[in-house]
Amino acid sequence: MSEALLKVPDAALEQARMMLDRARWGATRFQKLDSATTQRIVNAVAAAAHGKAQHYAEWAVRETGMGVVAHKRMKNEACSKGLAETYSGENFVSPRIDEAKKIVELPRPAGVIFALIPVTNPVATVYFKTLLALMTRNAIILSPHPGAKACCADAARMLADAAKAAGAPDGVIQVLEEPNIPLIEKLIADERIDLIVATGGPSVVKAAYRSGNPAYGVGPGNAPVLVDDTADIKLAAKRIVTSKAFDNSILCTNESAALAFTSIAESLLAAMKAEGAHICTAEETQKLRQLLFTENGFNVGMIGRDGSVIAKEAGFAAPDARILVTPVDLVQPEEKLVREKLCPVLAFARVSNIDQAISAARSMMRNSGAGHSAAIHSRNETNIMAFAAALPALRMAVNAGCSLGASGYETNLGPSMTIGTGFAGGSSLSENLTPQHLMQYSRIAYNKDASETFGRFAGLDPLNLPKAARPAASLVVSNPETDELRRELRKIILEELNAVLAA
Amino acid sequence: MFDYGHFRFESKQALFDKAITFWNPDKTKFWQKAGIDLVIDRREGYCLHDMSGRRLIDLHLNGGTYNLGHRHPELVETLKGALDYFDIGNHWFPSVARAALAESLIKVSPGMKYAVFAPGGAEAVDIAIKSARYATKRRKIVSIIKGYHGHSGLSVATGDDRFTKIFLSDQPETFIQVPFNDIAAMETALKGNDCAALIMETIPATYGFPIPKDGYLNACKALCEKYGAMYIADEVQTGLMRTGAMWGWQAYGVQPDIMVTAKGLSGGLYPISACLVNEKTGEWLNEDGAAHISTSGGAELGCIVGHKVIEMLLRKETIANVDMVTEFFREGMKEMMERHGDIFTGVRQKGVILGLEFNHPEGAVSVSRALYEHGVWAIFSSLDKRVLQWKPGVLLTARLCQEILDRFDAAMPRARELLRSADKVN
Ligand SMILES: Cc1ncc(COP(=O)(O)O)c(C=O)c1O
Repeated sequence: MSEALLKVPDAALEQARMMLDRARWGATRFQKLDSATTQRIVNAVAAAAHGKAQHYAEWAVRETGMGVVAHKRMKNEACSKGLAETYSGENFVSPRIDEAKKIVELPRPAGVIFALIPVTNPVATVYFKTLLALMTRNAIILSPHPGAKACCADAARMLADAAKAAGAPDGVIQVLEEPNIPLIEKLIADERIDLIVATGGPSVVKAAYRSGNPAYGVGPGNAPVLVDDTADIKLAAKRIVTSKAFDNSILCTNESAALAFTSIAESLLAAMKAEGAHICTAEETQKLRQLLFTENGFNVGMIGRDGSVIAKEAGFAAPDARILVTPVDLVQPEEKLVREKLCPVLAFARVSNIDQAISAARSMMRNSGAGHSAAIHSRNETNIMAFAAALPALRMAVNAGCSLGASGYETNLGPSMTIGTGFAGGSSLSENLTPQHLMQYSRIAYNKDASETFGRFAGLDPLNLPKAARPAASLVVSNPETDELRRELRKIILEELNAVLAA
Repeated sequence: MFDYGHFRFESKQALFDKAITFWNPDKTKFWQKAGIDLVIDRREGYCLHDMSGRRLIDLHLNGGTYNLGHRHPELVETLKGALDYFDIGNHWFPSVARAALAESLIKVSPGMKYAVFAPGGAEAVDIAIKSARYATKRRKIVSIIKGYHGHSGLSVATGDDRFTKIFLSDQPETFIQVPFNDIAAMETALKGNDCAALIMETIPATYGFPIPKDGYLNACKALCEKYGAMYIADEVQTGLMRTGAMWGWQAYGVQPDIMVTAKGLSGGLYPISACLVNEKTGEWLNEDGAAHISTSGGAELGCIVGHKVIEMLLRKETIANVDMVTEFFREGMKEMMERHGDIFTGVRQKGVILGLEFNHPEGAVSVSRALYEHGVWAIFSSLDKRVLQWKPGVLLTARLCQEILDRFDAAMPRARELLRSADKVN
């Protein structure tokens, strides 16, 4: 189409702004629903999402070219029924009473949440953020990465239909059908948004924080994994390969570089090989370095691709490789292979002891990955503590794959698609994002003096309080007699007042 | 000092003086007597600001002219963009803007064939009446007592005596009036087989929005068919999504032969109205298209704004918002009636069209004033002063709705006080 003859408003932006108002209505009404109804909506949406886990896993891989269908299915299941089960015993709706402190806390949902969805984990993140928002009675507007907009929009509509059928108010789940960066930048600055939850590249996260609205943005990962001489080498190898192969390393918690104590390094490599890893030669490693890191930064075309495909692109054959292991000598930022790689390529380096492991890990995280994740395979508490204390990571998975361990699916951290990177990683969020982060509390606080006894709040439901007795307001129909009387009275009072004042 | 660049006023009082000297002494004084000293200055969204700077939430909207709010940014941008290219245009020629607006109106108006444009509601009603007369070759027009269709030559004759007699414009032989919601009276008026049309506001606005009884509008339409009269739906206040459907007649399932839309079609920015005709009543557009002419009817700038208005109304977000506002005031006014049932006794509602009933013959006048003092502007029904017209906009937000209700609640004690003193005066 040629350029229009008339200057016209940006209708897409204007319509998106209307979505914010619709969301506000949704949030306002949602906050009047009780915990049983909320639970019913959450369960219904989780079940609907779960039922379509395979469908959207296929769609996401087809649309983005990234990841592995079977693994995306697992994530979709974990982020639907899995989440509902995890939080089924928790209540984000009813007041909390602290008798000892004489404090009652009343839940305050954030309101209107604007959620940015990454291209790497599109539908799982749509599921995840939507369910968290529903658990806490918020309205959510989903803004998918343009590269995954079709599967995300379809999934969002499916969730919205399920929510509505289960009794959710209109407008609690909406999706931007045609997202683009300028539109999103303008939209997130809108003061009708209460909270932005940004998962995606650094530019998106920075934009969220710049917007002037409260925001959770999380920084990029670059996780080191240490295997020391107390680890079960076979198990460690299996967990690392499985984690690295999981959805082709598309989770930001995936292992970026393995650091092995020299004493066990060879047996670890052998065990990884037995698990389906391809151990690259120096020449192959150089080819991968060239393929993955271009002049313009990371080669995004390789994100989430199969190891065999990446090898072929690089110019060598590794037909059945689950992952590609690239041994490196230098663990410093100038070695590109120890930077974040959202693909199944794992750098590998030897360290002689825990001190060397720490300085290597710290070095690789110096430019990228601060505040994010790390992992260790060890039975030595001192090593575990030392590694965790020294690294700028905010979570360290122990004897678990980092992909699903740091993200809380194989540990007891909050299962999450949004991993807080804390102050170190430019974020106000340090934990894995959980429902609690999407709400706050208003507090009723009594005088702490013992003479002031705390009220009985148990059983009082702020959504359904007994109606206050209303003094019957009535229109006093004028009556000449009473009017006369009133005038008389006023005169007497005035006279008395004047007498008092004069005295 | 109020310096508007083109002109300056020393004070608000100076404006009142000039308005009395040069503009309309009676209207100016009427409001002062009613305790409403409003001179609308700045305006945006659903808020007005008096010259004194006081903010008022607008629930009058001039009958839906500001359905989408005052100076909606998207409409302002649309008009500004149009001004770089278009002007009123030349009514003699086909035009892109008129064709585009006509098409979008016809697309949302099942059964209608052509759109004929005018600058305001009354002129569009005149076109409706002329089209009905053309199609039936009859003259008589039936309307509702206390109905309101505007003040131009033909439209004014359908209305209240107050507006015709003073100008010797009443035509009782050809303009017949019957009571609302009275089917027998309607049949009596139509059964002579000599009426060109029945003109009907889908819900009579100026009469205080009495809701048509179940089946009433359909029965009227059936009588029109039986006795060969055209059914004209005046959708000036009930159209443009205010009943929850694009047109009120859709909400009631009545198919008109002719319909009229105005006010909100202009976005409150550039006057435009339209009379939509079906095949039969629009046949004159094939016979002699210049039989009706209006230089500024169908001004291209207005067409472009109107086209945008329709686009905005059709968005799913707008439709959802109408439902939300509807629900909010259904629940909210019920609660208010529970609290203030001593004076506030009834609610008439269809979509975002409400009439609030007070149990005093001039109740709505006092309530309007009490609300005015509490930052809300809503007007009483001039033809039934018990009823307050309550016309929230289709894009009203959750927050503003809650604010309106809080202000309403706070204004009720003052309303009681005013009612009490009104009684004393009487
Ligand atoms: C129902 C109805 N029809 C017609 C009109 C006349 O419109 P206008 O004032 O634009 O001529 C009005 C104006 O209030 C109206 O309310």
